[in-house]
Amino acid sequence: MALLQISEPGQAPDPHARRIGIGIDLGTTHSLVASVRSGIAECLPDADDRVILPSAVRYLPQGRREIGYQALSSQSSDPSNTIVSVKRFMGRAMKDIANAEEFPYQFLDTPGMLSLQTADGVKSPVEVSAEILATLRQRAEDTFADDIYGAVITVPAYFDDAQRQATKDAAKLAGLHVLRLINEPTAAALAYGLDNASEGIYAVYDLGGGTFDISVLRLSQGVFEVLSTGGDSALGGDDYDRALARYALDATGKKVLTDSDKSAVLVAARRCKEALSSENNVVFDALLSDGELRLNVSREVFEAQTQSLTQTTLSAVKKALRDAQITIEDIKGVVMVGGSTRMPMVQKAVGELLHCQPLNNLNPDEVVALGAALQANQLVGNNTDGNLLLLDVIPLSLGIETMGGLVERIVPRNQTIPTAMAQDFTTYQDGQTALALHIVQGERDLVKDCRSLAHFELRGIPPMAAGAARIRVTFTVDADGLLSVAAKEINSGVESQIEVKPSYGLSDEQITSMLQDSFHTAEIDKQARALAESRLEVDRMCLATNAALEKDAYLLAEAELENIKKLMKLALASKSLDDAIAIENATEALAKGTEAFAALRMNESIRQALSGKTIESL
Amino acid sequence: MNSGQGLQQSLLSSNDFELFNLPLTFNLNRQLLDERWKNLQRTAHPDNFSVQDTASQRIAMQYSVRINEAYLRLKLPLKRAAYLCELNGASIKAEENTRMPSEFLIQQMQWREQLEDADSFLEIGKLQQEVLAAKESAFARCEIFLDVDKHWTNAASEVRTLMFMERFEVDIDKRRDQLENA
Repeated sequence: MALLQISEPGQAPDPHARRIGIGIDLGTTHSLVASVRSGIAECLPDADDRVILPSAVRYLPQGRREIGYQALSSQSSDPSNTIVSVKRFMGRAMKDIANAEEFPYQFLDTPGMLSLQTADGVKSPVEVSAEILATLRQRAEDTFADDIYGAVITVPAYFDDAQRQATKDAAKLAGLHVLRLINEPTAAALAYGLDNASEGIYAVYDLGGGTFDISVLRLSQGVFEVLSTGGDSALGGDDYDRALARYALDATGKKVLTDSDKSAVLVAARRCKEALSSENNVVFDALLSDGELRLNVSREVFEAQTQSLTQTTLSAVKKALRDAQITIEDIKGVVMVGGSTRMPMVQKAVGELLHCQPLNNLNPDEVVALGAALQANQLVGNNTDGNLLLLDVIPLSLGIETMGGLVERIVPRNQTIPTAMAQDFTTYQDGQTALALHIVQGERDLVKDCRSLAHFELRGIPPMAAGAARIRVTFTVDADGLLSVAAKEINSGVESQIEVKPSYGLSDEQITSMLQDSFHTAEIDKQARALAESRLEVDRMCLATNAALEKDAYLLAEAELENIKKLMKLALASKSLDDAIAIENATEALAKGTEAFAALRMNESIRQALSGKTIESL
Repeated sequence: MNSGQGLQQSLLSSNDFELFNLPLTFNLNRQLLDERWKNLQRTAHPDNFSVQDTASQRIAMQYSVRINEAYLRLKLPLKRAAYLCELNGASIKAEENTRMPSEFLIQQMQWREQLEDADSFLEIGKLQQEVLAAKESAFARCEIFLDVDKHWTNAASEVRTLMFMERFEVDIDKRRDQLENA
């Protein structure tokens, strides 16, 4: 194990210094931050030594807010301003929320993503999540008394593009450099597999507060290869609470009359559910404006009331096995993740279906954050002799709308990312000069049953006879699982491309304006920040380029080397300018000018990787 | 090294078999393929470049995408067969070449009827086994056309019937889903 380097406080960071990477589990009910310290991943506690931060934000007038436990304590007294389970609303429109009346919030049907009316004005779910993330960032900074280099943030494997984009936006808003979004079950597998030195095929069953994921992974020599994934991004422990609350109301005839009642009955249901994990009979007890609701609930009754929810998860497990083209016998173990897997019936049902004893020797609340921390540590380059590699997949198919409201699938689900796939289309009218593309995600054949991600147009196609144009649409999904789309008419070379974020995601301008609103940043600060960031980027780039030259300059001809050196000089010189855009342009010129060198280096390392292996396997 | 030709020699432009340093044959050592894939991704995956310069990150993304593309094509026997045909000038063009041997068409129709009538997992399972067996013999013929006879057009025609069968397998899965959710 490598020794931890400790530098003097205030000492200038050298390029090979240890960088701080953190892992954040941004959960429906609670969130955690973890980091690798002295080679061991651990969750970072708050000042009161608690690692869990309840995902709750209470908005008070005049920009005041309470976060975590403090917010939670006001949940019953101030329900409409105390936002819990905000993850359920990330990247979601009003029409996506099936049981909006059960929440004690004032929803606003804002375009793209819904928002919430609070005592401190209108808040988007992205802003609420950013408060939680910023609190965790602060906790990490306090722990290390240093800046955080970057964060790995976990998302449910079954999150679609809109939900992932919203999460990344929230992280940006919270001032975090996102190293990577990774899937929660994959993170759990990482923590679990590395701890237990496991090899073989494992399932990860992750039932959280508001989401359910199932992932099937093959673990071999540090490679975590996801074979398939499935789930439901709107099914979790909250739904068990709601089913129990509905049952208790029906059985007693009590009525929910106010927002406080809504909140009180859900809080009571959750308490009752949790107690039923260790006891056979529990009294359901809630004080409502209609009088006290008291009801004796047995574990059998609770299980019967929620059986269909558990059954839904099992169907998804079977589907994931089929997608992975494996049978139950191939599964070596199943890792249980998420607080909701504490329910004995869930453990039992999963164990019976997969014919194995569920593995739960790591704390199901912490395991996702720990895995994210391990990956963050790897990404920031602290784990140089580690050979960890995550090969994850895209959970839901991506396609575009074709004639008649049908979906033409371009990237099928469970493709290893990053990936790029293309399909050719043509025009259907003579002289057609534009093509409208509607990008959707989902498994259904009809556009109306899938999630609409974005609309965009390819314009300027030269007029041709119908069917003569050849328009290649390329979908690229990056390692975060985020999509960008490009369209090109092959004959004329007319091109257009977008990052898919308009209908649900936020534009950079919106993020900037939110930054200003929520953190009261003055315009001048914003410019100063942009300038500082662009200068930092020059240093970062030049450091990295110098390191690359030190190692591989021999690959370059003299003129090419001179050119790179010249571009570096120009970038460094641009730092003296007071113009962030000019500095960014110089950095981009350096980036462009070193691409060929980067490609040469890549070719070289691939040749080495392959030749090494060939000798071994001969 | 004369780096002026560096980009032309780029592994990005080599074919899938060359990229994975594997012989251009249909018969393939799956274990070796998987091992090479992981090795290549260990080298090229963007995760290795998150603290490096922008150019390296872009190149990593391009290579990682290209490696996954090649892996997928080599891994799936039907795609691999089709790719070999194309590399050797025998185009598949499935949408233009819809002519099939008549006995295969009759077989197809029988299968479709069986699927429509199937209302138990047992029946569906049986049908699936039958299609699987038919696929296996078609692949065996394909391998001989590709690796022994080097008869690319015959191989291409075999590939086209196999494409029909794989599409039918998707329908079988759909029917199973329907039954499961019924």
